[in-house]
Amino acid sequence: MSNKNILEIRNLTVSFGGIEAVKGISMDIPAGEIVTLIGANGAGKSTILRTIAGIVKPQEAEITFEGEPINGLSPDKIVSKGITLVPEGRRIFGNLTVLENLKIGAYLRKDNIEADIEHVYSLFPRLKERSWQMAGTLSGGEQQMLAVGRALMGKPKLIMMDEPSLGLAPLVVKDIFDIIKTVHKEGITVLLNEQNANMALKVADRAYVIETGNIIMSGTGAEIAADDSIKEAYLGKAKH
Amino acid sequence: MSAILQNCLNGLSIGSIYALIAIGYTMVYGILRLINFAHGDIFMMAGYFMIICMTDCLIPWYISIVLVIAATVLLGVLTEKIAYKPLREAPRMSIMISAIGVSYLLQNLATYLFSALPKAYPSIDFLNKTIKIGNISTSLVTFITPILTVLIVVFLVFLINKTKVGMAMRAVSRDFETSQLMGIKINNVISITFVIGCALAAIGSILYFTPRPSVTPLSGSLPGLKCFVAAVFGGIGSIPGALVGGFLIGVSETFIKAGAYSEFSDAVTFVILIIVLLFKPTGLFGEKTTEKV
Ligand SMILES: Nc1ncnc2c1ncn2[C@@H]1O[C@H](COP(=O)(O)OP(=O)(O)OP(=O)(O)O)[C@@H](O)[C@H]1O
Ligand SMILES: [Mg+2]
Repeated sequence: MSNKNILEIRNLTVSFGGIEAVKGISMDIPAGEIVTLIGANGAGKSTILRTIAGIVKPQEAEITFEGEPINGLSPDKIVSKGITLVPEGRRIFGNLTVLENLKIGAYLRKDNIEADIEHVYSLFPRLKERSWQMAGTLSGGEQQMLAVGRALMGKPKLIMMDEPSLGLAPLVVKDIFDIIKTVHKEGITVLLNEQNANMALKVADRAYVIETGNIIMSGTGAEIAADDSIKEAYLGKAKH
Repeated sequence: MSAILQNCLNGLSIGSIYALIAIGYTMVYGILRLINFAHGDIFMMAGYFMIICMTDCLIPWYISIVLVIAATVLLGVLTEKIAYKPLREAPRMSIMISAIGVSYLLQNLATYLFSALPKAYPSIDFLNKTIKIGNISTSLVTFITPILTVLIVVFLVFLINKTKVGMAMRAVSRDFETSQLMGIKINNVISITFVIGCALAAIGSILYFTPRPSVTPLSGSLPGLKCFVAAVFGGIGSIPGALVGGFLIGVSETFIKAGAYSEFSDAVTFVILIIVLLFKPTGLFGEKTTEKV
């Protein structure tokens, strides 16, 4: 099973000041798929992604990436293995230009990055026009594009995105989901946190539903989307 | 006329030294949002390092300068690792208090090691040579200090704006966590900042003490405070701002010393600080919001 799953998580427990935010969850991320985590505010979704990225230290965990244990590694080691996180709230560097934001996404790379910059600009033409602009002056949607572009510059094998559509207009949300599909077609595995469960379940091969630090359900995107209780709780549709 | 020019040169010279030290305050503040109260005392320790090298060990001045810079950098980086790094996640007030503690620790350490009596600063004959430009006569150190400082500032601005490590410094100054997500080792970037700040404090110390007779454990307090004012005046976080702030304080202080009110020369620095804080709290070149989000 380990050659099919790019990432395996066993018994992940995270506490903050004695309060367990993630309570011993296990999940598999198959290589080349889009996996989504859905769940209410405070369920622990961001904490899971941040723990995988090495920013949060778990109380207990076994995390293996491509068959190698990665729990306890520092964030830079994890990035160099090919895992990158597009953080919640975009977090672009507002005091750097758009181009510098892309370059810093390739911080650990030693090879030539020109072709990748052009590739990101071809995915997001609006960024190219604003190449020399300070990133802090971009619109919310443009900042999200930059955050995704910046993550792609590291040539990740697994890209984790924390609420990429948060606060964006419906048309821009559609753009972002198109980008997620494009990224996926390029062979990158995607782990997606989304409030917008409707859209997320449509693109996802697999979904985990998180509630107060536990996985309460998992299945294919279509299975989860068809479940009555999920429909009611997360998709805004009444039962009957 | 030549007296005015003479004062200008002297003012620019002492102002440059203030600028070199102010850059240390400003860079550390930029990255850690910490006012490093110990910085003036690091400057003072560099003074004693020179005495150890040249007076006690009889090492030639050109090797001593290198040793002093190296020792000061080591002291500054160690201070950061021991007193500031463990407080990375703590509220900002804790790390400020830690900095004040380091300041007193260094002053008392110097008193213990070298006594509170002034210790003669070695004379670097080469720097003390008198030169004549037109009808102004001055020591070589007074003349080269502003030139050296401007060159250093140009180099630093280039480093920060055009190199990869400079880009990382700007990123870390904005957002620790996201910088880590890019694979940046933030502790290394912070160390580099302290290396630069302390190397400049060492250079500033050599230039400052060379025309002066001696060093005492408190020699760093008042210059440290003035340089902090220079950094605030220029806009804390801004390197060109530190240069302008240093120049301004140096020149105004020199003119007042030359005039009839020499006893007020130190007070003027603080009058400037109060005026700046009243009318432009972010300084001349300061960021609009210094608070980290
Ligand atoms: N650094 C922290 N310190 C203390 N508690 C934290 C910290 N980070 C997260 N928590 C707590 O852990 C729980 C899970 O938070 P998390 O951010 O993972 O939720 P989430 O599922 O991403 O929610 P949302 O959809 O609102 O983003 C919350 O109760 C939160 O308050
Ligand atoms: Mg979240």
